[in-house]
Amino acid sequence: MKYRVNFFVNEEPVELYVDANKTMLRVLREELALTGTKEGCGAGECGACTVIVDGKPINACLVLAPELDGMHITTVEGLAKDGQLTNVQQAFVDLAALQCGFCTPGFIMSATALLQENPSPSRDEIVDAISGNLCRCTGYARIIEAIELAARKGGGQT
Amino acid sequence: MKSVGVSYQRVDAIKKVTGQATYVDDIIMPRMLYAQVKRSPYPHAKILKIDISKAQALPGVRSVITGDEYTKRCGLYLEDKNFLAVGTAKYRGEAVAAVAAETPEIADEAVSLIEVEYEELPAVLNALEGMKPDAPLIHPDLHTYKVAPIFHPKPHTNISHHYKLRKGDVDAAFAQCDVVTENSYYIPHVQHVPLEPHCAVAQYELDGKITVWGSIQSPYAVRQALSTAFDIPLNKLRVISPYVGGGFGAKAGTTLEGIIIPLAKRNPGRPVKLCYSREDEFENSYVRQGLHAKIKTGINKDGKIMAVKTEFVWDGGAYTEYGVNITKAGGWASAGPYDIPNVWTDSYCVYTNHPVGGPYRGFGMCEIHFAIEQNIDEVAEAIGMDPMDVRRINGLRVGGVTGTGEVMEVSGFHDCLEQVVKDIEYDKPAVDVSPTIKRGKGIAAGWKSPSQPTNAGSSAIIRMNEDGTYILMTSGQEIGQGSETALIQIAAETLDVDPDLISCRFGDTDHTPYEWQTVASRTTYCAGNAIKLACEDLKNKILDMAQIKLGAWKRDLEIKDGYVVHKIYPDRKVPLSEFALGLAFPDGSGVGGPAIGVGTFTLENNLNVDHETGMGSHPAAFWTIGFNGAEVEVDTETGRIKVLKMCSCFDAGKVINPLTYTCQAEGAMVQSLGTALFEELKLKDGKILNKSFVDYKIPTADDAPELIVKYVEHAEPTGPYGARGVGEPLMVPGAPAIANAVYDAIGVRFSRMPITPDDVLRALREKREREAT
Repeated sequence: MKYRVNFFVNEEPVELYVDANKTMLRVLREELALTGTKEGCGAGECGACTVIVDGKPINACLVLAPELDGMHITTVEGLAKDGQLTNVQQAFVDLAALQCGFCTPGFIMSATALLQENPSPSRDEIVDAISGNLCRCTGYARIIEAIELAARKGGGQT
Repeated sequence: MKSVGVSYQRVDAIKKVTGQATYVDDIIMPRMLYAQVKRSPYPHAKILKIDISKAQALPGVRSVITGDEYTKRCGLYLEDKNFLAVGTAKYRGEAVAAVAAETPEIADEAVSLIEVEYEELPAVLNALEGMKPDAPLIHPDLHTYKVAPIFHPKPHTNISHHYKLRKGDVDAAFAQCDVVTENSYYIPHVQHVPLEPHCAVAQYELDGKITVWGSIQSPYAVRQALSTAFDIPLNKLRVISPYVGGGFGAKAGTTLEGIIIPLAKRNPGRPVKLCYSREDEFENSYVRQGLHAKIKTGINKDGKIMAVKTEFVWDGGAYTEYGVNITKAGGWASAGPYDIPNVWTDSYCVYTNHPVGGPYRGFGMCEIHFAIEQNIDEVAEAIGMDPMDVRRINGLRVGGVTGTGEVMEVSGFHDCLEQVVKDIEYDKPAVDVSPTIKRGKGIAAGWKSPSQPTNAGSSAIIRMNEDGTYILMTSGQEIGQGSETALIQIAAETLDVDPDLISCRFGDTDHTPYEWQTVASRTTYCAGNAIKLACEDLKNKILDMAQIKLGAWKRDLEIKDGYVVHKIYPDRKVPLSEFALGLAFPDGSGVGGPAIGVGTFTLENNLNVDHETGMGSHPAAFWTIGFNGAEVEVDTETGRIKVLKMCSCFDAGKVINPLTYTCQAEGAMVQSLGTALFEELKLKDGKILNKSFVDYKIPTADDAPELIVKYVEHAEPTGPYGARGVGEPLMVPGAPAIANAVYDAIGVRFSRMPITPDDVLRALREKREREAT
C-alpha cells in the first residue's frame, strides 16, 4: 500500500505516493535524486544522512516515508543560495575540514542546525552536536575548528 | 617554487561541501536492477546443494547465480579466490549465491528463499594452530594455484607465503650481548571503516562491452582481475571509479565487483547495483589481518642493539588478495628503522577461516610497530637507558644499513625524533592530576616503504585546451587523501602555470591512462613522477614549435609564467595557448597538431630481494620515516585512558601541499588512537560479534586530542620535487606511542591492543597483587 505525503524539501513542495517501509533517506536519494545525503550505516549510528527537519538535525535513515507528511526538510543541496556557500560550508572549505567527503554533508547539516539554534556555541557544545557524526579521515580537529570559524562569521545563516 | 610546497585549497572541497561530489551509490540509472547476496553461516563448510528454484520463481527476480558461474580463480598475487564460493565456503559470511531483482526488497526476499545444504568442515580459527602440519587444509589445492614468482606458498599447508630474512649471525651475536630479551605481542583484526560502504554497478551491452562503476582505489588492478576471472578482453571492460568515500586499503582489491558481472551479463543493457550494508562492510570487504609477533633482542649496555630475531605470524583469513605481500612487507621492515647488524626474521601468512585479510593503511607496519616500538622501550629499560637514547644510538642515519642490507641514501630519523621530543616536551615528565588520575608520555618511530612490484608503472597525459587551460589525466585515484590537488600542483609547478588552469580527471580505464594501483603511499611519488614527465614532454613539444614561431634556437627559449620566453631577449615571448592546436602559418598551412604531453614512469634499479636470505641492495622505492608522541591520562579507578595530545613529525622529502599533508597527519593519528584504545573485531568461532557501530567503536569528536603536526624535508632523490609517500606511514607510530605513554603513566606494559578500560583495571589489580607478594 502506498501513502500520499505532502512535504517541503529545501522550501520546494513535494507530493509523493510512498511505500510504508521506505525511509526518508531512500525517498530523498532515489525518488528526489538528492544524493548529497549519504547512507553510511542505515541504522542511525553514523550521521552521514543527517538532514534538518523543522530546525532539528535528524538521521534520515530512521524516518519512515509516511512520516514525511507535513515536514519541512533541509538537505545539503538546500544550503548554498545564489551560488554562495553558507558560512559553515565555506569554513569547511577554508580549513580543509574534509577529506573523502562522504561524511561531510552530514557534519555540515549537524553544524548548521547547531548554529541556527545556538549562534555562539562553546567547544563542548560543538563536540556534543557532532557526537552522532562519524568521520574516519580528518581526526575531527578541523571540523570542530571550522564550526567555530563559521560561528564567528555569523553562524548558520548564509 | 610557486605551486609545490603551497597550501593550495583542495580542488574537490566545494563539490564535497555541497553534496555534489558523486560516489558510486549516487549513480542511479534507468531500469537498474538490485543485487543481493546469500552468505554462508559456517566458518568452513562443503556446499552440498544449492536450491535456487523458489528464489527464481519470485516475481521481480531476474537472475539467480551460484559458484557454477565461476570457472576460473583470480587474485592479485596468488590466484586463490572466486567471487562466489565454489565447492567450499571458507569463512562465515562468504558469498555462495546472488540474485538480481527489480527492487532491493525483492532481492532481499529472494535471497531468503535460496536453500543451501552444507556439510560443516573442521575450521582453522587461529593462525598459530593453522601453521601446524596436522591442521585442516583450507586450500588443499594450494600447490596448483598460479602465483607471482616473488611469493612462495608451502604446498599442502595453510602457509600462503613464508618470507625469510637472514642477515649476519644472530645466534653468535646473542651469545656475546650483555642483555637478551624476548617479548611477544598480539594485534587483533580490525576493520578499515570507510564511511562509504563498498558499492558497485555493472552494465553489459550485447556487443560484449562491460562497464563497472565501483568504489575502487585501483581501477586498473580491478580491470585485470575481472578480465582474468571472466575472460573479458581488456578493451571490452571499462572500470570507472568516481570519488571514493574513504579507502584505507579496503577498496584496493576486488570484492563485490565480481559478483555482479554474471548478473549483468544475464540482463543485457540493465545496470545491476550491489551495495554493501555496514554489516557486510565489517565482514565481507577486507579486514586488517591479526598478527602474532615475537621479538628476541640482543643489546649491549652501551645501548647498541646487536641482533634481533623476529617471528610474525599473520592471520590472513580465507583468501589472500594482499596478505602474502603484507607478510613480505612486514618481514622487510621487521628490524624497524634501526641499523642492526644481525637480523633473522620469519614472516608467515597463514590461511584461517576468518574474514579475508587485506591491506589496511600501513600495510602491516601499524601492526609490527606496535611490537617493535614497545620492544625498544622494553629493551631500553632492561639496560637502564632512556628509550630515546636507544633510538638515537640505533636509528638509521645516512649511510646506515637496513635490515635487508640496503644502504640509506637519505634519513630524517634523528631530525624527526628531536622534533617530537620537543613537541611532546618529553624531557618534562608528565604530572599526575591526582593519585588516581595518572599521566604519561610516550614516543614511537615508524617506517614504511611501498611494497609494490619492483616494476610497477604509472602514466599520465596532459592536454592543453585552446584557451591555455589544461586537462590532466591520471589514474591516481582520489580517495580522500588529496591526490587530485597534489597532482595538479605538481603539473602546475612543472608547466609553470597557475594550478587553477588545470583540471584533473582520474578513475576511468577507457580514458585515464594506466596506473598500477592507488596503494602503498605511492600516488604522489609514482603518479607524480609520470605527471612531471608528461608536463616536461608537453613543454618540449611546445618549445619545438616555439623555435619556429619565434625564429630562435630552442636552447635560448624557456617556459615561464604561461609564456614561451626568450632567455636573452625576454620581450620576445608568446603565450602558451598559441601552441594549443599547433602552429598556423599565414599561407593557411599548419604544423605540430594539438599540444599533448605524455609521461610514463617505472622506478629503475628497483630490485627483488633474494628468496633465501631476504636481502637486497635496493628493494624499496623509498623509506618514509617519522615519529609520533603521545600524552595520555589514565583513570586508575575506571581504567579509562584519554589521549590528551599527539604530535607527528615525518621526513616527507618534499611536502607538495602543507595543508593537505597536515590533514592526513591529523587523521592518521586519530585513526591509530582508535586501534590503540578501542577497535577490535571480536571473532568467536569465525563469527564477528561486533559488526555495527554500536558494538565496534571508532573515534568520535569527543576522542580527538590536541594534535601537533610538523615535518622535515630531506629530498627523495627519485621523487617528484623530492617528495616521498606519506599517507600510510603517518599512522604507523601512533598506537605504540600511546602504549608507551600508558606504560609511563601506570607502569604496566600491554602486549595486546586495544588497551581497554577492563584491560587497565585487570592489569592494575594484577600489579597490586604482585607487589603485595
